[in-house]
Amino acid sequence: MKRGEIRVCIIRVGGTNCDAETKRSFEDLGVKASIYHVNEIFRKRELLAEHQILVFPGGFSYGDYVRAGAILAKTIMARIGAEIKAFIDEGKPILGICNGFQVLVEAGLLPGLNGISQYPEAALATNVPSGYRCMWVYLRHENSGKCAFTWLIPRGAVLRMPVAHAEGRFVLPKEKDLFNRLIGNDQIVFRYCCENGEPAEGRFPANPNGSFYDIAGICNPDGTIFGLMPHPERAYYYWQLPDWTRMKNPPRYGDGKLIFESIIKYVMKKF
Amino acid sequence: MRGELYIKRDMPFDLYEINILEASDNDLIKISEEMGLALNLEEMKAIKAYFSHKGRNPSDVELQTIGQTWSEHCYHKTFKGIIILPDGREIKSLFKTFIARATYELNKPWCISVFEDNAGIIRFERDYGIAVKVETHNHPSSIEPFGGAATGIGGVIRDILGVWADPIACMDVLGFGPLDYDYSRLPSGIKHPKYIFRGVIAGIGHYGNNMGIPIVNGAIYFDESYVGNVVVYCGCVGILPISKYVKKAKAGDHLVLAGDRTGRDGIHGVTFASLELTEKSEEVSRPAVQIANPIEEEKLRRAIIAVRDQELATSITDLGGGGLSSAVGETAYKFGCGAIVNLDKVPLKYTNIAPWEIYISESQERMLLTVPEHNLDRVIEIFRSEDVEATSIGRLTGDKVLRIYYRGHIVAEIDIPFLFSPPVAKRHARIVKPKLNEPHLEKPSDLTGDLLRILSSPNVASKESIVRTYDHEVKGNTVLKPFCGKNNGPSDAAVLKPLDDSWRGIVISCGLNPRYGKIDAYWMAASAIDEAIRNNVAVGGRRISLLDNFVWGNPEKPDRLGSLVKACMACYRFAKGFGTPFISGKDSLYNESPLGPVAPTLLITAIGIVPDTRRIVSMDLKEPGNLLYIVGQTYNELGGSEYYRLKGYLGRNVPKVRLREAKRNMRVIRRAIDRGLVRACHDISEGGLAVAAAEMSIAGGLGLEIWLKHVPYAAPIRREDYIMFSESNSRFLAEVPESSREEFETIAKGVRYALIGRVRKDELFIIYGLNDEPAITTDINELCNAWKRTFPWG
Repeated sequence: MKRGEIRVCIIRVGGTNCDAETKRSFEDLGVKASIYHVNEIFRKRELLAEHQILVFPGGFSYGDYVRAGAILAKTIMARIGAEIKAFIDEGKPILGICNGFQVLVEAGLLPGLNGISQYPEAALATNVPSGYRCMWVYLRHENSGKCAFTWLIPRGAVLRMPVAHAEGRFVLPKEKDLFNRLIGNDQIVFRYCCENGEPAEGRFPANPNGSFYDIAGICNPDGTIFGLMPHPERAYYYWQLPDWTRMKNPPRYGDGKLIFESIIKYVMKKF
Repeated sequence: MRGELYIKRDMPFDLYEINILEASDNDLIKISEEMGLALNLEEMKAIKAYFSHKGRNPSDVELQTIGQTWSEHCYHKTFKGIIILPDGREIKSLFKTFIARATYELNKPWCISVFEDNAGIIRFERDYGIAVKVETHNHPSSIEPFGGAATGIGGVIRDILGVWADPIACMDVLGFGPLDYDYSRLPSGIKHPKYIFRGVIAGIGHYGNNMGIPIVNGAIYFDESYVGNVVVYCGCVGILPISKYVKKAKAGDHLVLAGDRTGRDGIHGVTFASLELTEKSEEVSRPAVQIANPIEEEKLRRAIIAVRDQELATSITDLGGGGLSSAVGETAYKFGCGAIVNLDKVPLKYTNIAPWEIYISESQERMLLTVPEHNLDRVIEIFRSEDVEATSIGRLTGDKVLRIYYRGHIVAEIDIPFLFSPPVAKRHARIVKPKLNEPHLEKPSDLTGDLLRILSSPNVASKESIVRTYDHEVKGNTVLKPFCGKNNGPSDAAVLKPLDDSWRGIVISCGLNPRYGKIDAYWMAASAIDEAIRNNVAVGGRRISLLDNFVWGNPEKPDRLGSLVKACMACYRFAKGFGTPFISGKDSLYNESPLGPVAPTLLITAIGIVPDTRRIVSMDLKEPGNLLYIVGQTYNELGGSEYYRLKGYLGRNVPKVRLREAKRNMRVIRRAIDRGLVRACHDISEGGLAVAAAEMSIAGGLGLEIWLKHVPYAAPIRREDYIMFSESNSRFLAEVPESSREEFETIAKGVRYALIGRVRKDELFIIYGLNDEPAITTDINELCNAWKRTFPWG
């Protein structure tokens, strides 16, 4: 597929608020991205199939009442669950950023150890220390290359992006041995780390939310569904970096671009 | 025999007639108090005269409508009224005489709409304009900190929507009592500063984060005078295509109420804000605090921008103080119309709300649009597509009369011109000079310790753990964030790059010096203006416009009013002198509690432009070996300084502003930044030279050495501590590479400047005293720990 033919569907609802910058990042790379209110998708269910990439951007969908992302997740699965499943079955990538990650977990799409789960298999719990925090973190890329969203990034590479959330502590139920399966399936994509790439080992502020095993982002076993708490769309241009004014010759882009580029190249290759 | 004061009318709902025609003066005051109108006798008499002329008594709806419209909060009686000075001279209107006059005399072509609408509008580039507004929400925040602060942000965002602009950034400047304030000293009914602090911070974050508008600039200030009255300033900046700035409503247009439903929350918010706080405020005024729902406003925003872009409406305004009564009244008045309102069309949260309550409720997240008949369906459809309720509740009429109906009965009929011509307030002002002395301080023995203690003082210490609970980079356009450098130094200003296809940026900064206000309100105001502008200039800002936001005590007390007059005089002189027009502003008076009035507090917000955001400068030191220059001279001005506060004094020598000097210093910095000679720049404010230098060092993670003997002063200051900690205005520190030395010094010719230091390779921070011996020796770690320990994470 040619770059110019790729269509990105960015879903929004009351409370979504990172849709515009997410669209901007995709479009800067030469693909067509459209923002749809869920009501529009519900009315025209065939819309989804006209796109190759589906994105749940950051924000506070439906005010994050009940639990972060829970209402949008249930609404989506109830209203267009079949279309979503078809989308996944075709190997089309789904990206969830921040609130989008929360939506994917609440929808049972991530970690997705046994396909789509009716109940969430993991949770993005309230931060430890508690509270909303907006700060830049370092991430180490852990995936061996099957994740469609990071396959251009070498394993072990350290990236920098900001987080901004109050519920980002990734946790799994202990008893089900899910963690070993996550590792075995190579589903862990990003872990919070120190500037030099050493693991954060749960220590604040390198690990900004107390996330288990410093997990910042995971994908499904196929590598086609990916959720992460950090915001790549806020680390897309160099002038979004927190210290670009210190650089004598700043790069043109931030690390966030690698993710958008990876997805697009994946789609170009696959379809 | 007089009749009853309140007569229930025979209606299927609650409607009272107020027997104003037979009311004595005492009765009039009683009515004003019992109905929560906050009107004085003269105003009540004017109402009586109006209805006597009509030959009937007013309904509660009518009286409440007048009370809201005439409140200090809505009508700004003090700023528009007559002020009598002790020598008998009269000031016709503070606002016109001082604030607006500077703007009109400067007559800048880039001012698109000033003082007229919900927010000031200036040109940005091409067809784009910037809308700015700053509000206060002190009274509600002192009763219910979370809700009060959250709705403060919500309200100011609606002001921006109210000029058809898309909100792109928020600011918040807060004043609290000391967090370690002794509980046993708290008067009954006053909440502890810590409780208020936590609630306010959480409330602001809640609204800004949820709505997805970055909070990019602000300040937090602690002062004893804020124990009884918290200070909550909320600001918002928006962007709009000026060609879409449509305000041309006409008779026949529908009044469309959009957004959340109306309830009993926020009844009498404005009259409450026009009174002093008392022990009973909690009980009496709790309903005055509104409930915030940021998600509703986020949906409202999307719909409003869509309506704007399709040009379907003829005007818009927000529902803030006074609710529908203000929004409908002001819309009708502005366009020379009357209005018919059907209160039963207003969507309610629950039934059994009296008509007067519906009309003045300040329920949040509501906007009023005027829409021509032929566009009505499309407008309502746009709101519906965002899951927002929108309803036509009436129409504008051609006859300048406001008529309100409820269930088929007329419940109010008031002439709009009468509604907007309250009796002119006449107030007396008295200038009181506080008796203050300069302290005689022992020569300090431990200057390093003093510097570290000032860095830890709540007003100087890093607020990172607080500010990071706000999202400051959602929308992805924050080019200079609140923190910069390696160790999160405090940026002087925020810079936004709002347009994808342009490098032009908006620079947002502020100035606030309440401690100076305790010494002299005039120089306090002058200093706030200088500080806001120099913060802006320090990152590369220019073409600056200002917003003035006064927080003052009860203006009916002559000494409070006297200091307000002085501050306004300074506003005129320095805004005019700097060539920086006021484009918007607001006053919050009556900030008094049983503990007394707030320190005279003026927040100046400065909005500047940078032609190319790639050329802005942050305050963190960049490279070892670079030179450190000071621009501007130092005076013996420690009155109100952090150093005196540390030593337990207020002092008298408040920092002044010397216009010629100040403007020249700023010109030098701007030119040097434009030529790319400056690697870092920081303004000198609280804590003086030593603190500014320490902050640059912390931020850059680089050591620094400074020689005090080179610091230029006007008259000899023989004390090292005074040179280090004086807070004289209009000064900057600039880091300049050795290779740019000559060019920088050429540009700086004509102002007082000096090469005073050098960036070190290691992490030591040394200030050499007048005798060339080290007066301060420490390192970045120690500085950083001192600066960051006051507000720890978690």
